Amino acid sequence: MTSATAVKEVHTTHERQGFLKTYIFSLDHKMIAKQFLLLGLFMIWIGGGLALLLRWQLAYPEQPLPLIGASEQYLETGEPQSSMDRFWDSELSKSDDEQGWLTKRMPVGIITPAFYNALFTMHATIMIFFVVMPILIGCFGNFLIPLMIGAGDMAFPSLNMLSFWIAVLAGIIMIAGFLVPGGHAASGWTAYAPLSSDPTWTGVDWGQNLWCISLVVLGISSLMGSINYITTIINMRAPGMTFMRLPLVIWSLFIVAILLLLALPVLTAAIAMLLFDRLAGTTFFNAAGGGDPLLWQHLFWFFGHPEVYILILPAMGVVSEILPVFSRKPIFGYKAMVLALSGIAFLGWIVWGHHMFQSGMNPALGATFMISTMLISVPSAIKTFNWLGTLWGGNITFPAPMLNALAFVSMFVIGGLSGIYMASTVVDIFIHDTYYIVAHIHYVVFGGSIFGLFAAAYYWFPKMFGRMMNQTLSKVHFWFTFIPFNCTFFPMHILGIGGHMRRIYNPMQYEFLQQFEGWNIFISISAFVLGFSQLIFLFNFFWSMFKGKKADDNPWKATTLEWTTATPPPHGNFDVLPTVYHGPCEYSVPGAKKDFTMQTENVDLQAMSGNGGNGA
Amino acid sequence: MSLATTAVEPAESPLTPESWGKLGMWVFLAGDAMSFGALLAGYGAIRAGSLDWPIPQEILGIKLTAFMTFLLICSSLTMVKGLSAIKHGDSKGLVRFMLVTALSGLVFLGLQAYEWTHLIQHGLTLTSNPYGSYLFGTTFYLITGFHGAHVTVGVIYLTIIALRGMKGKYSAENANGVEIAGLYWHFVDLVWILVFTFVYLI
Repeated sequence: MTSATAVKEVHTTHERQGFLKTYIFSLDHKMIAKQFLLLGLFMIWIGGGLALLLRWQLAYPEQPLPLIGASEQYLETGEPQSSMDRFWDSELSKSDDEQGWLTKRMPVGIITPAFYNALFTMHATIMIFFVVMPILIGCFGNFLIPLMIGAGDMAFPSLNMLSFWIAVLAGIIMIAGFLVPGGHAASGWTAYAPLSSDPTWTGVDWGQNLWCISLVVLGISSLMGSINYITTIINMRAPGMTFMRLPLVIWSLFIVAILLLLALPVLTAAIAMLLFDRLAGTTFFNAAGGGDPLLWQHLFWFFGHPEVYILILPAMGVVSEILPVFSRKPIFGYKAMVLALSGIAFLGWIVWGHHMFQSGMNPALGATFMISTMLISVPSAIKTFNWLGTLWGGNITFPAPMLNALAFVSMFVIGGLSGIYMASTVVDIFIHDTYYIVAHIHYVVFGGSIFGLFAAAYYWFPKMFGRMMNQTLSKVHFWFTFIPFNCTFFPMHILGIGGHMRRIYNPMQYEFLQQFEGWNIFISISAFVLGFSQLIFLFNFFWSMFKGKKADDNPWKATTLEWTTATPPPHGNFDVLPTVYHGPCEYSVPGAKKDFTMQTENVDLQAMSGNGGNGA
Repeated sequence: MSLATTAVEPAESPLTPESWGKLGMWVFLAGDAMSFGALLAGYGAIRAGSLDWPIPQEILGIKLTAFMTFLLICSSLTMVKGLSAIKHGDSKGLVRFMLVTALSGLVFLGLQAYEWTHLIQHGLTLTSNPYGSYLFGTTFYLITGFHGAHVTVGVIYLTIIALRGMKGKYSAENANGVEIAGLYWHFVDLVWILVFTFVYLI
């Protein structure tokens, strides 16, 4: 097979390659991982910026934005006071065709309802598809899989490179949507038909089309990625690296790759139908033409619920890797962790209807979906208690990776518990489409995935770039994220219970929501702090890349294979192919010379401790 | 209950680069099966909810498509013969059978083009259907078109295998590339049988 020979060529003929081959069209999984990381770190500012615009509108509805908005006097008297006033004055005097991009979306600095719809749609789309997935799966999947299973590279390096550049293409198409006439997609990230299938409802034409095309292109990229991950993990493990000795983060990435492989084609097929409806005049989702708008919901959520686990499972794996290192204890219940991961992945396929309790489904069917959804709390609870069991009695230290991992565990518990409320059909009727849902998903995706992402970034940064991140700045960043995060998203539970709708442009137009004005302002200020404190991370990241303290090969004293090779790892990863003798978490084995035993150390732990090591 | 001993247990699968491509193709086909699955499930849901769904046999030419199905099944046989030829070191046999297989795919596509033009002339298009639900035409063209795209890719793929065979790239020991192409081609055939059953027969 050509790709197999390609691997050999890469490794045997590697001399110093040119700039293009090293940094742009690199076949090395470590470089591709860094490329995915940069893609995600670029997109997170766009996705986050959109969220801050949303929060401005919710706290100060229909008031001009600070800095770029017109002054109060100008709005009252029409007399320009500042340079921005003069700018808006000249813009507004132009005809509709001549007005600039900004004026169409926020004249005098006030966000229009149509732009607001595009903001929440694109905030979710970008964060899910272009931040969490590229970083957690694209970056850490690529970086960790070969290094942690003891392989030289991925099975198909060229496919890997293509996967990245196709993801970039998808990103460009998605961003281009902001620039086309009519604005970007505005039907929510779930793109419910007929809102999404017929341009007359939202007034959005090519924005929604580009949204569709971008996600189809991204689906191809993910398909390539998952083929690579699955093949590599099954076929390229080093001698002795049995499945039950795989680090848990590799297990989670393996299962996520399977979910991606099976879920994304369903989304692609659904989007193909949507595009046909929009461009060719078919009626898949148009009841008037014999179609069924609910079909979109079924297909979307059949993809969408596994997608939720695609976002959270890698973070669970990361945390399962980090907690033992900083507790100096083996993970509690390795096998149960693997089974729980698989259980969540399986149950994820039979719960999609819980997003559709309000769609008029048969109550018996609703009850079935309710029960299958609640079943997921069993494997989730197994994982949570195993994390707590890992910490129990451990010799715990609190560097930045550990702080973020602990934040993951605690925030995931809050997000998981609020999920159980929604799973109940009766309660869901009340909280459906309210801010309670927004609170829940942010506790899971921000509190879960993003804290997992920060934990992974802090933990593996030394291996990736050969330098340590500044610990003080890391901790400052953690606290400036953790506290504003809770101030931002916890009060949303209260708003939701109070009936605050989810995708509402101006809550103040309803009398019963006016009591929440104070909360909305508090949430928005917290969100601004949360957003701007990410600058600390950005600064620390790039500063440490060049000026950080040099890292040694195993700065955290961990046991897995990536810490046995040089920092940063050479091309081909290992000078000699490693041989594996132990499971991934042999910490504090009684009788052992030091408190961690590398997976590659050929020592008899059973003989040392008298009763065996810490399991597999 | 301890597996942590000094003995090295080999990983379940040995490091065999030859098998990567095969596994990769299997994984891809699993994903591809899901896209066909989603299209067919959507088709089923729309059809079940429709009040004026026509009886397919009254519109579509079953005899022609039965022949197309037969042709595709035969092409799977020639694919197997081609793989068997190269496994016995018969490079010419491989090329011959690959070309026959690709030709069958090409004839299949030609017949599909004929079928489509015929149906379009009778008014069945993506958005219109004189015999009942518009979505009959929509789903028909989308599903058979998606399958036709797979056949097109398959014909190109098999032609490349044949060309490489002519250059002597395959041998009895090195037939992996042919086998992988075979996986794809058999999958395309298998999917057609499902499409034929659900779209034409039932």
